[in-house]
Amino acid sequence: MAFLDILRLEKSFGAHRVVKDFNLNIEKGEFISFLGPSGCGKTTVLRMVAGFETPTSGAICIDGRDVSGLAANRRNIGMVFQAYALFPNLTVEQNVGFGLRIKGEGKADIRTRVGEMLEMVGLPNLGERYPFQLSGGQQQRVALARALAIRPQVLLLDEPLSALDAKIRTSLREEIRRIQRELGITTIFVTHDQEEALSMSDRVVVMHQGIADQVGTPFEIYNRPATRFVAQFVGTLNLLDASLLDAAAGRVGLGDLPVALNRKLPGRAGDRVSLALRPETVALGRKGEGSVVLPGHIAEVHFLGSVIRIRVAVAGQFVSLDTFNQPDRPPPSVGTPVEVSISDRDLLVLAA
Amino acid sequence: MTERRLWSWLAVVLGGLYFLLPLVGMVDFSMRMQRDGYSFEAYRVVLADPQFQQTFGYSVVLALLTIVLGILIVVPTAYFVRLRFPGLRPIVEFLTLLPLVIPPIVIVFGYIRIYNTSSVLPLTGSWWGTNLLLLFGYATLSLPYMYRSVDTGLRTIDIGSLTEAAQSLGAGWARILAVVILPNVFVSILSGAFLTFAIVIGEYVFAALLNVGSFGPYMVWMGGNRAYEPSALAVVAFAITWACMGLIQLFTRFSKFSTVRR
Amino acid sequence: MTTSVASLPTAFRPRQVFSWLGVAPFFLFATLFLILPTLNIVLGAFRNAEGQVTLENLGKLLSPSIRSAFWISIELSLLTAALGCLFGFLIAAAITLGGLPRPLRGAILTFSGVASNFAGVPLAFAFIATLGRLGFVTMLLRHWFGINLYGAGFNIVSFLGLALTYLYFQIPLMVLIITPALEGLRREWREAAESLGASGLQYWRMVALPVLWPSLLGTLALLFANAFGAVATAIALTGSSLSIAPIVLFAQVRGDVLNDPHLGYAIAFAMILLTAIANAIYILLRMRAERWVK
Repeated sequence: MAFLDILRLEKSFGAHRVVKDFNLNIEKGEFISFLGPSGCGKTTVLRMVAGFETPTSGAICIDGRDVSGLAANRRNIGMVFQAYALFPNLTVEQNVGFGLRIKGEGKADIRTRVGEMLEMVGLPNLGERYPFQLSGGQQQRVALARALAIRPQVLLLDEPLSALDAKIRTSLREEIRRIQRELGITTIFVTHDQEEALSMSDRVVVMHQGIADQVGTPFEIYNRPATRFVAQFVGTLNLLDASLLDAAAGRVGLGDLPVALNRKLPGRAGDRVSLALRPETVALGRKGEGSVVLPGHIAEVHFLGSVIRIRVAVAGQFVSLDTFNQPDRPPPSVGTPVEVSISDRDLLVLAA
Repeated sequence: MTERRLWSWLAVVLGGLYFLLPLVGMVDFSMRMQRDGYSFEAYRVVLADPQFQQTFGYSVVLALLTIVLGILIVVPTAYFVRLRFPGLRPIVEFLTLLPLVIPPIVIVFGYIRIYNTSSVLPLTGSWWGTNLLLLFGYATLSLPYMYRSVDTGLRTIDIGSLTEAAQSLGAGWARILAVVILPNVFVSILSGAFLTFAIVIGEYVFAALLNVGSFGPYMVWMGGNRAYEPSALAVVAFAITWACMGLIQLFTRFSKFSTVRR
Repeated sequence: MTTSVASLPTAFRPRQVFSWLGVAPFFLFATLFLILPTLNIVLGAFRNAEGQVTLENLGKLLSPSIRSAFWISIELSLLTAALGCLFGFLIAAAITLGGLPRPLRGAILTFSGVASNFAGVPLAFAFIATLGRLGFVTMLLRHWFGINLYGAGFNIVSFLGLALTYLYFQIPLMVLIITPALEGLRREWREAAESLGASGLQYWRMVALPVLWPSLLGTLALLFANAFGAVATAIALTGSSLSIAPIVLFAQVRGDVLNDPHLGYAIAFAMILLTAIANAIYILLRMRAERWVK
């Protein structure tokens, strides 16, 4: 049994099933992200863990105790909201000390703890301010300090960065992860931003239409997507229509071009499939053994600075690939015939 | 959640009882003039009363004139304060809110002292003067509502750009106000106007103290001398208030489809 | 706001003159029909018939009859303002936070708009028709439940009757003003408080009420002034049998009683003073309560 167990969780609003058979075991100190488009049910799961929504069925256990029937104010869970949600009538200090005051802790203890928390989030001098006097990033740090001040068992973050500027988002992202590691607190982070999810998490749960499509480390999620949705939602992806020629021998047809993958594939000959490949796994020119080499010609060149993204027309379809900028080698011009090569192991075959 | 809903229903039902019973009582009473059951006799008597026709007609005309006067005073002021004199804003807002702070009876008392027959401007000495004074008095009463409505309306449109666009096309101030600004805040003006109408139509204190025979004093006189007719009058007055508020709702809703964002 | 066109030096002067012409009528109007009359009363309250400065008029306010009229007025206004706030708040809370069907909310708000403007003479008639000696509810209670309201000492022409009637426009006004404020309470505040261990009561005490406090205070002051200046309802309901400050002033102005204009000045001045104090208290408290929004 893990620290936080979610078992067969279901939630329906009327006839609409928002969360379907959701199962997850989270170890103590783990940082888990729920990743998915809006409306996929990730926030609903989070709100059920927090106690703001009642599950239609299923159980949520924290440290071996079923908390499903417990009111939100009994769960000892820290929550940070998307839109700050600081109490506007209280100063930063009073906001951070709110939970401790509710618990009835002494004034001196509260002051010490609040000081520690503000120190930790890097705002030691702003205790006297009111929320309206803070920037968005500062408000979110205070919200984090407020949630952590009560020493919660679990920390829940509901898209805490999505209202912030890109720069602050990145720096706060690193800071949240640092604080989480320092405290060793079990954390669930909800986001629709795959970069956030991949860069911060120990494990990622990709959600789609109320279902957890895949649970895995960022590395697994990115490199071995379990479903077509995960493959498309996480990272940039080339998807090429192909047909299965020989499942046992691992041969597929890309238009007129036969491609040998040299591994056993599911399905039968004639099935429509999709070939998925990440831009960074595709290289210009002919590479060594075990590579699939496809002929084509340059269709578009996008100069992005350190990276050059090239679209190559291959058998009537397009493959995007990334190459690094090299000052002494200008990018190829449009129309140039080229060959692209991909390691057969990087070519994923997904049901169409 | 269900418990909270229960309490909410309780609050709404008790509130509903308090607010509906007087309406029911009023309607019920107004229809009891004939012994042998409900009838519209009281309404017939009231509507046929030449006094009613005269005072009511007078109040309607006065209310319409008040609205016109209010628009003429408020619209240019609100416009120029927004566009040219933002510094005057606190003063103007303070002045427009004063009629809510100073009781109306005190204001009309002041009028009587200042504009009596022995003063520099003896308005109360003549029929025209008294009516004019009442008209200005009602414009004063409606000032808070008119100004608020128009100012809110102006806030939703970018009057700076609209004015500059009109100027660049060669329009003068009068034309800008009449052709560009007025139509754009028309709905706001209307809601202020209907509110004004509802306030003025049955107003009593100003009219009574200035000795003007309008609808308000007529109602009080009926109240003191008749039994069933006052309820019929109350129903009529209530219907007018409903109509005014209903029209405000209708126009604001309608405007959601027609005017600029928000 | 764009002022680029206005700041062009060549076009500046004639345009500015035009703008002043635009606001001049308003200031003339406000001076003649708002400021001068008020000023006249304030100054008149401190002068005797010969135009000398005196406190004699204000002294007359202390006579038992006038003092009690003011006292009743203040009690009536405070009571109906406080009860109006309380009941209005409960109804507004019910329709915003109570999980009631959405259309009900719109219906109640529309009705509040009507009822808050249904003051004055017709309102008094409606209450006489309902709770008067032969009123609908009076008869209903007597015939169906055997309760004799008037036998039990109730009378619509009384302090209680007047208070009941005033509430008819006080409560809806509160509903209209406080509903947007209640809708401004964000769901996240409640949830944040809950996740920090607060009960519903603690959330209301420590967050929601402090946030609403300025609006509540403002409405209280407004309702007080609203009731204090109401004359028509009281006259139509009670004639002049209930002596409240505005009715005393009304009688003074009409010359029904002793015609002493300077006593009238003093009464009017005291009324302005009271509503002004109510508003000043409100502004002060609001500034204190709103430290957290600049």
